[in-house]
Amino acid sequence: MSNRLFLDTKEIQIILNRLACQLREKHQDFSNSILIGIQPRGAVLVKRLLSILEQEDHLEAIEHGFLDITFFRDDFRRSEKVLSANKNLMDVSVENKKVVLIDDVLYTGRSVRAALTAIDSYGRPSEIELLTLIDRRFSRHLPIQPDYLGRQVDAIADEKVLVHWHEEHGEDAVYIINKTNE
Amino acid sequence: MSKLSVSHLLGIKYLTDADIELIFETSSHFKEVINRPIKKVPSLRDVTIANIFFENSTRTKLSFELAQKRLSADVINFSASNSSVKKGESLIDTVNNILSMKVDMVVMRHPNPGAAMFLSKHVNASIINAGDGAHEHPTQALLDCFSIREKLGEIRGKKVVIIGDILHSRVALSNIFALKKLGAEVMVCGPLTLIPKHIESLGISVETNLEKALQWADVANVLRVQFERMKASFFPSNREYAMQYGITKKVLEKVDKELLIMHPGPINRGVEISSDVADSENAIILDQVQNGVAVRMAILYLLASKIEQ
Repeated sequence: MSNRLFLDTKEIQIILNRLACQLREKHQDFSNSILIGIQPRGAVLVKRLLSILEQEDHLEAIEHGFLDITFFRDDFRRSEKVLSANKNLMDVSVENKKVVLIDDVLYTGRSVRAALTAIDSYGRPSEIELLTLIDRRFSRHLPIQPDYLGRQVDAIADEKVLVHWHEEHGEDAVYIINKTNE
Repeated sequence: MSKLSVSHLLGIKYLTDADIELIFETSSHFKEVINRPIKKVPSLRDVTIANIFFENSTRTKLSFELAQKRLSADVINFSASNSSVKKGESLIDTVNNILSMKVDMVVMRHPNPGAAMFLSKHVNASIINAGDGAHEHPTQALLDCFSIREKLGEIRGKKVVIIGDILHSRVALSNIFALKKLGAEVMVCGPLTLIPKHIESLGISVETNLEKALQWADVANVLRVQFERMKASFFPSNREYAMQYGITKKVLEKVDKELLIMHPGPINRGVEISSDVADSENAIILDQVQNGVAVRMAILYLLASKIEQ
């Protein structure tokens, strides 16, 4: 298996700080905004951004939630893989709020589409934006683009972009893996 | 996550321990879904389900229909009382006619034991048994066990007594299979006329004294006396049954211990259970009903994932 390191710990830290700044620029004190991580991999990213906003900008108690999209996915009964659900932690109402959907990698855009449908269960947001750490451009199946973007990558279909988080894997890193050699 | 080992839900006895665990795990996700402001998810939007009921039902039918609608499935309902069954159509003909309208799953209740199994061998659809005579009622047993697990943390090692009309009850048999698979100790309690012979061979104990049974148990699952199935006199009178086997506040005070009281419904108030017990804090009868929708959603979801596109 060939693992190519795409982003190291330091680069990720710089990108996260920049993304937090961009969010701060648009959402000010976040009084009318909610950060929503798409489960399972967007959740860690939300927690990271929250901790930066808390430490750097002393913004505490920003509303956030973790959204499970399993039952909204469009590949149920179409793939061999069984879709297994994750914990859905949404103790928030998105009615009239500015929602920022957050995920680690934007690939086909289908997860984001499912998340846009799933969000409807919690009210009608005034607007929805998208933040992703990695954007795999040229591989979209749907007209969906991120509003806040960490880094773009031109990975081919045989490759997989894997984000490692310190909390789960012991290091912050983004790898590009060749699936054919897996 | 693994898949179910079966393509139909015909009875608990055909499920593996891993199947039951998977159903419970999925049910807890759906329980969260049905407590959202908007309780509907689009998972089954291209699946058509027929609910075929050859026997009366309120709870099970409503619960299945609600579960199907929460999953965005298309639902058609059929009850035997106002159909061509009355004109002499056979079971396979009836169901095949329904299936030719492109139905993917069939939920069936039938008065004859084995009807669901028979159907699964002869028609091309996923079959869910919603009760077949005095044989099995798997979704009820799964929701009962899910409710016990939710209240007591786990089922392994817990003592469950099933009280009442065991002879005519499919709920009892499915519950015994499920509880044994999950590692509970099971006892049945009732008048000997309502307990099938040789039931001990299922690995359970039999007790005719209600007070002793309650003293032993952590959970009491009280069954309805099924008057409609009784073709002979199994006990002298309702009053005598209520005095001997009715769960009343007085009996529970005598036993004096924390007991979880369950009932699959419909309740004959004042016969097998008194109103003050049925409405008390220890009774989780309404939790069972809510869990029923979540468990049925899980079963429909997991079985639908096995239907060919």
